[in-house]
Parts: sequence; structure tokens; C-alpha cells
Amino acid sequence: MEQLAALIAATLSAGTPLLLAGIGLLINERSGVVNLGAEGMMLIAAAAGFAVGFHSGSATAGLLAGAAAGALFSLLFSALAIGLVTNQYATGLALTLFGAGLSAFAGLAYVGKSVPFKTTFEIPGLADIPFLGTAFFKLHPMVYLALLLTGVVAWVLARTRLGLTLRAVGESPESAHAIGFPVRGIRVGAVAFGGACCGLAGAYLSLIYTPLWVEGMVAGRGWIALALVTFATWRPWRVALGAYLFGSVTMIQFALQAEGIEIASQLLSMLPYLATIVVLALISRNPAFIRINMPASLGKPFHP
Amino acid sequence: MLRLEARPAPSTLMRYTAPLIALAITVVFGTFLFLALGKSPLAGLKVFFITPLDNLRGVSEVALKMIPLLLCSLGLAICYRSNIWNIGAEGQLVVGGITAGGVALLASPDSARAYFLLVLLAGILGGMAWASITAFLRDRFNANEILVSLMLSYVGGLLLLYLVNGPWKDPKGFNFPYSKTFEAVAMVPKLLPGTRLTWGIVIALLALIAVWIFVARSKAGFRLQVTGHAPLAARFAGFSAREGIWVSLLISGALAGLAGALEVAGPLGQLTPQFSTGYGFAAIIVAWLGRLHPGGCLFAAFIMALIYIGGELSQSRLGLPAAITGVFQGMLLLSLLTADTFIHYRLRRS
Amino acid sequence: MTDIVPRLDLKGISKRYPGVLANDNVSLSVAPGEIHGLIGENGAGKSTLMKIVYGAARADSGEMRWNGERVQVASPAQARKLGIGMVFQNFSLFDTLTVVENVALALPGSTPRAQLAQDIEAMGRRYGLPVDPGQHVYSLSVGERQRVEIIRCLLQQPSLLIMDEPTSVLTPQAVEKLFVTLHQLSAEGVAILYISHKLEEVRSICSRATVLRGGKVTGVCDPRAETIASLSRLMIGAEPPRATGEARTAGDPLLVIDRLSMPPLERTGKTLHSISLSVCKGEVVGIAGVSGNGQNELLALISGEDARAPAASIRIVPTDIGALPVVARRALGLAFVPEERLGRGAVPLMGLDLNTLLTHDKGLTRHGLISRDAITRLAHRIIDEFEVKAAGTAAPAKSLSGGNLQKFIVGRELVKNPQVLVVSQPTWGVDVGAASQIRQAIVALRDAGSAVLVVSEELEELFEICDALYVIANGRLSARIATRDATVAQIGELMGGSGMPEAEHAAA
Repeated sequence: MEQLAALIAATLSAGTPLLLAGIGLLINERSGVVNLGAEGMMLIAAAAGFAVGFHSGSATAGLLAGAAAGALFSLLFSALAIGLVTNQYATGLALTLFGAGLSAFAGLAYVGKSVPFKTTFEIPGLADIPFLGTAFFKLHPMVYLALLLTGVVAWVLARTRLGLTLRAVGESPESAHAIGFPVRGIRVGAVAFGGACCGLAGAYLSLIYTPLWVEGMVAGRGWIALALVTFATWRPWRVALGAYLFGSVTMIQFALQAEGIEIASQLLSMLPYLATIVVLALISRNPAFIRINMPASLGKPFHP
Repeated sequence: MLRLEARPAPSTLMRYTAPLIALAITVVFGTFLFLALGKSPLAGLKVFFITPLDNLRGVSEVALKMIPLLLCSLGLAICYRSNIWNIGAEGQLVVGGITAGGVALLASPDSARAYFLLVLLAGILGGMAWASITAFLRDRFNANEILVSLMLSYVGGLLLLYLVNGPWKDPKGFNFPYSKTFEAVAMVPKLLPGTRLTWGIVIALLALIAVWIFVARSKAGFRLQVTGHAPLAARFAGFSAREGIWVSLLISGALAGLAGALEVAGPLGQLTPQFSTGYGFAAIIVAWLGRLHPGGCLFAAFIMALIYIGGELSQSRLGLPAAITGVFQGMLLLSLLTADTFIHYRLRRS
Repeated sequence: MTDIVPRLDLKGISKRYPGVLANDNVSLSVAPGEIHGLIGENGAGKSTLMKIVYGAARADSGEMRWNGERVQVASPAQARKLGIGMVFQNFSLFDTLTVVENVALALPGSTPRAQLAQDIEAMGRRYGLPVDPGQHVYSLSVGERQRVEIIRCLLQQPSLLIMDEPTSVLTPQAVEKLFVTLHQLSAEGVAILYISHKLEEVRSICSRATVLRGGKVTGVCDPRAETIASLSRLMIGAEPPRATGEARTAGDPLLVIDRLSMPPLERTGKTLHSISLSVCKGEVVGIAGVSGNGQNELLALISGEDARAPAASIRIVPTDIGALPVVARRALGLAFVPEERLGRGAVPLMGLDLNTLLTHDKGLTRHGLISRDAITRLAHRIIDEFEVKAAGTAAPAKSLSGGNLQKFIVGRELVKNPQVLVVSQPTWGVDVGAASQIRQAIVALRDAGSAVLVVSEELEELFEICDALYVIANGRLSARIATRDATVAQIGELMGGSGMPEAEHAAA
């Protein structure tokens, strides 16, 4: 029983970086912009966050630095894809390749180093409840923060003028421009939010989840987060659901290994990627289902 | 305030000078990077652009690196011309290497000398098979090919790791994750004695000519490009979008798989965990830098090979990490996209 | 008029875009309560001028006065603050949002939604523009969308209302309703700037008009005192040429559609209900209707771009073609000219020579390789025969003007002497000279014995070239009407959807 609780806790932790990145990319895409640079931004932020955390000794400083690095790096994307109207797919790809190279280069000094941060915090009172305590109340605050962020984003999108504006820009930048919205400014903001969230996710990986810096350590999570946003048909709570499902897939490999089942670790490590492919195929089967919430201008360049 | 203004017609001049401008921006960026790292920019640039070419061995190494870059980029150029965003050449290359390696391991010392052709064929089929998964899921389920092909690259990489750590590990290999070395008959013959360069470069150049004819002269190539450029026009003309998906991905998979086979049965002679140092991803940049044109890909593959070799040399000569290769690659693509803007737009004061 | 301060006064406005002088020293003034027409052909510079007034573009030179004071309008937001409202030609609404959300987005401040919904309904009652504030825009008809746009403007209490080609998507009856609203507004002192290329309309509603041609003002007049002929001389510089053709007897039916019903491919498409029509040899048949009523869905089923139809429901007598792919239908002598030229009728960045390969194959390829010579010769022939102005056979399709590209695309199909020609919007956005040439070519094909089906929004055009008409509305097709018996009022009624056969009847 306690083992199941631990598995739930591990699933929530594993799902958190996907949720953080996914929520950020959701806002990013709701404005009509696809940023395939997610993986690169997460890598840069993982390296930057680790470096700041390592030198300052503060996990919070490291996480904030990661978010800042992600947002800053996303500005490079915005300058090209929004400012210079370059192809969004190619630009995002370039950002990922550049981020992978740059993080490997900048992170060399930190290979093999470790950081001493606490990875779990017990919530007084609640943590002692049998089962529930282990499953839900002995986690890192980032896990709860990610959920809170999901709620806030869902509320903003559905209930506020800001959310309405964002949806309008994503649906028809031409119309939004015609009635006088600063379309490009709004898009830069949405992309920066996406970058900051991806950055937070990357720094969470290197500072809390793993916690160490290894070249390429994001291991495709940026891409999985991008896929998640599509699976979730651009709805915040579905992103959360998807993130935890994928978290549980990651956990299956550890659970199986703990059970002593003889499957090579490399084959088990394929699971999240294979799961992404399978879910993507199942969901994409019905284009109408995807399109119902898809921002109509997604991926299309806009030049006023 | 400066603003972008659409040109009445795309600028042909910019289209072909943009890669050179991008290269110049990257060199300037490199100069600052070397300065920031406390190295002499001149020495740094020399390592990247001159040292690799000042002797036969260096030239042969550059040519050797060009083989996978050129082959993968030719396939990707066809995909991108058909608007199929295959970014999984890396996975197709790795799986091509695996299937080629599998066949190579079956060879015995008294197999025929032409056995290596079988190895290459296995590589081609492996790459095609891997790409066909993406094609099938896109065609049948409308699944996004960017994500599928990329996820399959991770899966391919893990499959390779599994094989060289498990069933295919050389029992006499001191527990290193390598396969046995291949028999000589399974290897691609050398082109230049005394170097590592194989006939692979000739095969790659033949592939270039074939792709060139396909793209510029064949009706099938024309159909493919119409489905990519203008899907509605393709539907109007009666050209099949499904054909576009399958043909471009299969060609691209075949070329990437061939590249993988030429790599493992060429300079390496065995399967190793990292036999592809990101060639499939670098080839994306090569295809773009080469304007999705076969001739351009040759030039771009040459530049990219220099960056690869330069990265290796800068480790030994300048004490810089080899990861600098990735930084330059990314920088090159970013500057290229920037320069490309001015094909369709120009700056005006407003 | 001199003693009244004009609401809007433009003097010497010029605006240059790369390669074209869109506005050349244009002056224009509108008094309070005046309905002022701005007329000119596509490309005459009307839209550019309005963008400048609305702050969406900036003039290179010239001045703008608002109620006598000199102003610089830097953005649409500022224009709205001044009291300028604009109803766009391609409506600037957001499909997935509700009416009230759409209105909320355009208004400054944050009025509670419930309050806003009441305001919308009140405004609708006052001006005869009924809409349901809670509905999603994608579920509205084109006419309803326009009402939303107008209400959105009116809620900002504009003192100048710009209407850009407001009737291009309306039925004749809806146009009349709109005019009532506009008269009411003008009576309340709102100045209205009415942009159109339809001279009849301008004559019936505007008390003054400014005519633009090639970016220049060619006249300011009272259109009520002018004739269509005198206005069109100002607008195009010459009398519009006419296609000629006498009444004639047609042959046997060739293209036959029999009770074709089909749900749409796209979510936003129209379902077709039991469509039946026939086109005989040696006759031009037209389909009239406001766009978006099922024309595109029907055309795709005829061309084969959508091959889901039951085989026997579409025939080129005697062959069933409903389920055949595009290429097989073309081999049977079917030629199709789609509505969109760039991206569908032609690949924008490819040369005219390569673009011939879209619909021609015979003799152009050998062993799967393209013969450069053959496609160049063919492109040359089309350019010569149809007087296409292009920089050469290798000129990219994108570099041609709309009229010349349309001549090329029509020509590409006509050089094949097709048995059946299906044309959608043959002269949409095409200059007058090219339009008349295209119509003549269509009529000539008919005279040579082919069957021609024309889908068009321009009633005038259909009346001119067709021997018989059908009307499409909401996915249903009317009965066949001989053109000489048809009246505009009757066709207009049908376009509005009244008098259509019920599905059961048509199926019987």
C-alpha cells in the first residue's frame, strides 16, 4: 500500500515538468504561435538554473534563473518568428538545436557536480495521514505550484478580458489587428510566458528532480510537452491529466525494475516516447476533435 | 523606426546570398566567442577553416564527414520541398546503421567480396522501414510527422543502446558496449589508401545526381513539390497528397539508412553507442543552408563537415570542448533564418 | 455645402507601395448626415484610402481634417476614439467567440457581459438589426455577421461610418434592409462613407460620390444625376465592352447531376440536399447565389477534388463520374477553373510553363521526365492565344496580375477544347477588359458545342452569358429557369432561400 502511495508521489513529481512546460506552451499556442524550441529552452534553463543554484546555494534562485533564462531565450525566437516573420517551425527547430549546443557547452563546468537541495517537503499535519500523506503531502512545492498555475491559466483563458484577447489573437490575427490590438506584442508576451514556464520546468529537472546536470538531460520532455498540448486540445486541465499520465508511464519502468522483472532498461526507457506516438496517433485520427479548440492561426506567420 | 515591407517579388539575389551572409554572421559570432573564451580568434578560425584542409588526411576526413550529412540532407530536402517536416533523419540513420550492422555481423570471412552491398541494402531498408512508421501514422491517422519522427529518433537511439549493451555486445570486448568488429568483406572498400575515406563519397555523389534529376526533371518530383507548395493546387490537379507523404519519407529514410550503413561499415567497422554524432539533426541545417537544392546541399554539407572537424580539432589544438560544434551549428541556422527574411521582405523607414 | 464644416476632409493624400502608387493626390470630403459613395474598380485605391482614414496605414503626404481640425490618425484605436467606425469587407469577427464576446473585445473599458448583451439587443431593435448576443459567430449567416459588425461599430457612437463593399455578400432583399438602416443613421446626422464598385447601388443610396481610377480622383458628382454609362466612363475610362451571342438551340444533356446529397468535408461547410441539374451541349448554364451556400462543396464534387459522390449521381453522359478521381474525369473531357487562382488554379511560385503540368500531361513528359521544350511551347501558345501579359513563359504565376493570371488559367483549359467546362467566379477581381475577354472565350466555347457551367456571384454577368440559370441557397438548388424568363427580383427571392424545393419533393 505504502508502495503505491510512493508511486503516486513519484508520478506527480515526474509529471510536474511536463505540466509546467505544457501549460506555458498552451498559452504560447493559444496566441497562434508554435514554438518547437521548447526542448532547447528547457535545456538552456536546466543548465542556467543549475549553475545559479550551485553557486548561490538557493534552489529558489536557481528556479527563478531558469525561468528567466527560458523567457530570455524565447525572445530570440520572438525576434525571428514574430519580428522577422521567419517560419515558426524552422525557427523553433533552430532554437532547439542551438539550445542543445549552447547548454552542452556552457554546462561542461557542472558535469558531475551535485546540489544539496531538499526534494520533498512535508506539509505539517497532512503528511502524517496514512497513504494520502505519502502520496500527496510530501512533495516539492513546485508540484503544487504547477497545479495552481494550471488553475490560474484556466481561469484567465475562460473568464478574463486578457484571456479573450489572447484567444482572439490566436484565432485571427488579421481581425485582431484590424480592430486595433497590438497582435505582435501580445504574441511576444505569450511566447515569453511559454519560455518562462519551459525554463521553470528545465530548472526543476536539473535542481530538484534529477538533481544534477547532464548534457541533453531534458531527454525529449520538451517535445512530449508540445505533443501534450495537442493531446489536450489546448485545454489546461487536460494538459494536467496528460502530464500525470505520462509521469506514470515514466514510473512504470521503475516500478517494473523494483519488482525485479527482467527487461532491459533501454527498452523500458522507450515507453514515454512510444506512448507519445500511440496517443498522438489515436487522438489525431479524428481531425475534427483536434480542430475544435485549435487556434485557427496556429503556425501561420502574421505580418501587419 | 524601421519596419519590414513585403517585396513585390521574392529576391533571387537574396535567396542565394543568404547562406553566405549567414556564414559571415556565424564567423563574426565565432570571433566574439573565441575572444570571450580568451582564445585568439584568428587561431580559432584557422582551426575551423584552414587546418582541416591543409593536408590530404584532413581533406579525406572532411569528405568522410560529408557522406552522412549529404545523404541525409538530400532526403530531407525532398521532404521539406513536399512540406513533410521529417526531423527524424537521425533515427532513420541510426536504425539503418543497426540493420546494416546486423547483416554485417552475419558475414563470415569466406563470404563474397560483394557482401558489403548486402550490408548497404540492409541499411537502406532499415531506414525506409523506420521512416515508413512516420509515413503510415501521418497517412492513416493524420499524426503530426514532426513529433512522431522525433520520438522515433529517441526510440532508435535506445534500441541501439540496448543492442550494443545486450544481445550484440562483443563477448571479448572487455564489457565495452560495442559489437564485434565486422569481417572485411562486410566493409565498404576504401577509396584512398592510407586514409579512412571510402567509396561512400562516390555513392553519395551519385545519390546527389539522382535526387537532382528527380527534383528538377521528373513528373513525380513535380507532383511532390506541388503537394508541398500548394496542397489545394495538388488536389485540383489530381496529385495525391498520400503519394507525397509516402514517397518523400521513403526516399528520405532510404538515404538516411544508407548513410547509417556507410558509417558503421565504413570508418567504424562495428556498432558503437554513439556512431552518429547528430548527423541527422545537422542535416536539417545542411538542407536549409543548401536551399533545399541538391547542389546547395553539397556546398552546405562541406561547410558543416568543416564545423564538425573544426570542433574536434579545437579540442586538441585549443583545449575547447567539442560541444562548440553544436553552438556553431545552431548559430548558423539562426542566422540563416534571419538572412532569409530579406528574400521576401526589405527594411524601410516608416 | 461650403458653410458646413465637413466631418471628414482629405486633401492631397498620396501613398506609395512597392511598385505602385496606390493613392495619388486624393482629396475627398464628407459632410455630417451625408451618404458619400467612393467608387472605383478593384485596385483603384479605395481600400488604401480607407486604411489611411482608419489609421491602419499612414499616408506618405497630404492632410486629413476631422470636423475642421487637422489630425494624424496613428492607429485604429485612435480612429475609433475620434468617432470613426468601420465595417470591413471580410468581416473582422472571431468565429469561435460569441457575439457578445466579439463586441466586448472592440469596446474600451469592461462593461459587464449581461449589460452589453442588453445594449446589443437594444441597438438591434432600434436599427432593425436583430442578433442573438449569446450565439457563436461561426453559427451565423453572412448577413447576421454583418449585422454584428455594424452593431459593434454603432455601440461606439461613431459620427463617421465607413462601409467597405457591404453588399458583396448579401441577397438583393438584405441589401434593401441595409439601406433602410443606413438612411436612418444618416437622418440622425452620421456621415457615411460607402465604398463600392456596384454603380446601381451607389446611384440608389448616395447623394454624392467620389470616383477613383488608378489611384487618382477622376470625378466628384451627384450619382443620382448620372447614368450608369457616365459613371462607368469615370470609373474605367471607357464603355464596358460586351460579350455577344444570339439565342440558340442547345443539344443533348452532357453534364447531368441527379439528386446529389452530401454532408460537407469541413465542419464549416454546407450540406448539399438533393441537387439535380443538367447542362446540354452548346449551352452555358449559370448557378447564382450568395457565396458560402454550397457552391464550393458542389464544385469540388463535380471536379473530383471531392470524390465521395455515388458514381451515378454525376455523369458526363454516358459515363458515371461521381466516384472517379480528378485525372480520370479530366480524361473524359472535363475542365475546371476554380475560384482561387493562386494556390489552387496555379502554384504561385512556379513558372507558367510548369503550371501547365497541373492539367496537361499528354506530350509533356517522356519516361516520367518533363520535356522543357514541350511545356514552354504550350505556355507560349496560351499566352499568345489569350493575350496574357507576362514576363515570359517562366514567369512565376504570382507575378501576374489577377486578370492576366485568370486569362492564363482559363486559356490553359480552353486550349484543350474541353467537352465540359466548369468555371467558378470567372471574372472575380478581374479588370473590365480581361473580364470581357474571358466571357467572350466562354461564349465561343459554347458556340463550338461544349457544355459550360458557370458559378458566379455577379448576377449581371450570369444574365449576360447564360442560357439558363439555377439558384443555390443553403445547400439546395432551385429549378431550372430560362434566362430570358428570369427577373432579378425572382432570382433574389431564391437567393434568400424562399421558394426552394423541399428535399422530399426534389427527391420524388
